[in-house]
Amino acid sequence: MKRIYLDYNATTPVRPEVLEALLPYYRDQFGNPSSVHWAGRQVSGAVEKAREQVAALLNCSPAEIVFVSCGTEADNTSLKGTVDALKGKGNHIITTTVEHPAVLETCRYLEKTGCRVTYLPVDSDGMLDLDELEGAITPETILISVMWANNETGTIFPIEQIGAIAKRHGVRFHTDAVQAVGKLDVDVQKHNVDLLALSGHKLGAPKGVGVLYVRRGTRLTPFMHGGHQERNRRAGTHNVAAIVGLGKACELAMAERESTCARVKELRDRLERGIFARVPQVKLNGHPAERLANTLNVSFAWIEGESLLLNLDMKGIAASSGSACTSGSLEPSHVLGAMCVEVTLAHSSTRFSLGPDTTVEDVDYVLEVLPPIVQRLRDMSPLYNCGKVDACEGCDTVKKL
Amino acid sequence: MYSEKVMDHFSNPRNVGEIENPDGVGEVGNASCGDIMKIFLKVENDVITDVKFKTFGCGAAIAPSSMVTEMAIGKTIEEALALSNQAVAEALDGLPAQKMHFSNLAADSLHEAIKNYRATHP
Repeated sequence: MKRIYLDYNATTPVRPEVLEALLPYYRDQFGNPSSVHWAGRQVSGAVEKAREQVAALLNCSPAEIVFVSCGTEADNTSLKGTVDALKGKGNHIITTTVEHPAVLETCRYLEKTGCRVTYLPVDSDGMLDLDELEGAITPETILISVMWANNETGTIFPIEQIGAIAKRHGVRFHTDAVQAVGKLDVDVQKHNVDLLALSGHKLGAPKGVGVLYVRRGTRLTPFMHGGHQERNRRAGTHNVAAIVGLGKACELAMAERESTCARVKELRDRLERGIFARVPQVKLNGHPAERLANTLNVSFAWIEGESLLLNLDMKGIAASSGSACTSGSLEPSHVLGAMCVEVTLAHSSTRFSLGPDTTVEDVDYVLEVLPPIVQRLRDMSPLYNCGKVDACEGCDTVKKL
Repeated sequence: MYSEKVMDHFSNPRNVGEIENPDGVGEVGNASCGDIMKIFLKVENDVITDVKFKTFGCGAAIAPSSMVTEMAIGKTIEEALALSNQAVAEALDGLPAQKMHFSNLAADSLHEAIKNYRATHP
């Protein structure tokens, strides 16, 4: 059976060049980079080279790069570390209702410890109102945390403008750029970012490594206490091989990002046009234009997302869904809820996220097998043709889930 | 995640559809929770002769719907009322713990359909 992977926003395969670069660090070059002897020296240079490769991609100084274990750790450190370091200044955080759980759940935790958090709403395209963001800033505000691009819908936030607002008000700005790095021009100078989270496995590096960018001069209480690694920013022995792999992945992203994204966008658009041409009653979730080039999130009215995923899986196609059934709860995606997507449509949502290895044949295969699956599930659905729900109309949104 | 029996009933569901002029109809579930089951019955001399279903939901909703129709056909009304959610789940070799909620809907919707039959056929 064909195997078609369209879930690159969940994770990506390790790129062959990356694997080749990192394997020696599991074999002969086993040293601890903190050691002074030959075995340590062999690998400390490799960690520093990776730091330079990451810094080049983000347009910052290597000294501002902190290697961590994952995007979630980078987000946690940014938020909790800021709250602790700036507790003399204030206790108010501004974020959005559509953040990744790594930020949302950290904010919920911080609320329990006495912080005040403003969760900014989004419109039906998933976009923020910048006037509302600026209006939420108070003298107590110590941090604005807004993701660069949304993992579920691909909607891209105006990070440069948000960075400018933060700078104007002297408020620290953190962005979860996990979905943006490697897909967009993530330049921390141009966008005035103070803290940024990225994750290796979203751009062809292994799982278990991430980066926290910390602008020089940013006071931040460490999350991990222990040794003096990472200029006392993050204790713990370096995950050398994964760090080397991440450096290589960043180097490749820098060289290939624009050409890869243009190719992926063409394929994504082919998939999008094809689905809308072949399947009636489909709703696009996310901003029509300000959207990651690889992401397509659509709701197929009257059917439930997981049952569609299982059917696609039987045909070898890997995708993802915002339905409750795939989240392990009874509530569908909080992102689609924040966008006021009608609740059955939220359960119907399906995300296709393409990557550098996606081909025209892959897209055409999906376009061939998807419509009959949707029709079969609709024929099985008590909501279909029952005259009760007329989905996909603008008026069909409900305000709360 | 799902047993072979669940996947079998999910990919080849039995008795999908509606019955014209049914003797009983039952619907349970809630679109906001992501699952609705509707069951249609044909009853002759107190015996269920035909059952059809329509379901909006995930694999753990569709498979029990299919299974409960198979289990109900040929049973008397009393026997069908004794059919429990647990029995449906067991017939499917179990469901993932976090999805037991869905299997509960299958027997419930059958019982709703029987209630409706009794109300309309005094």
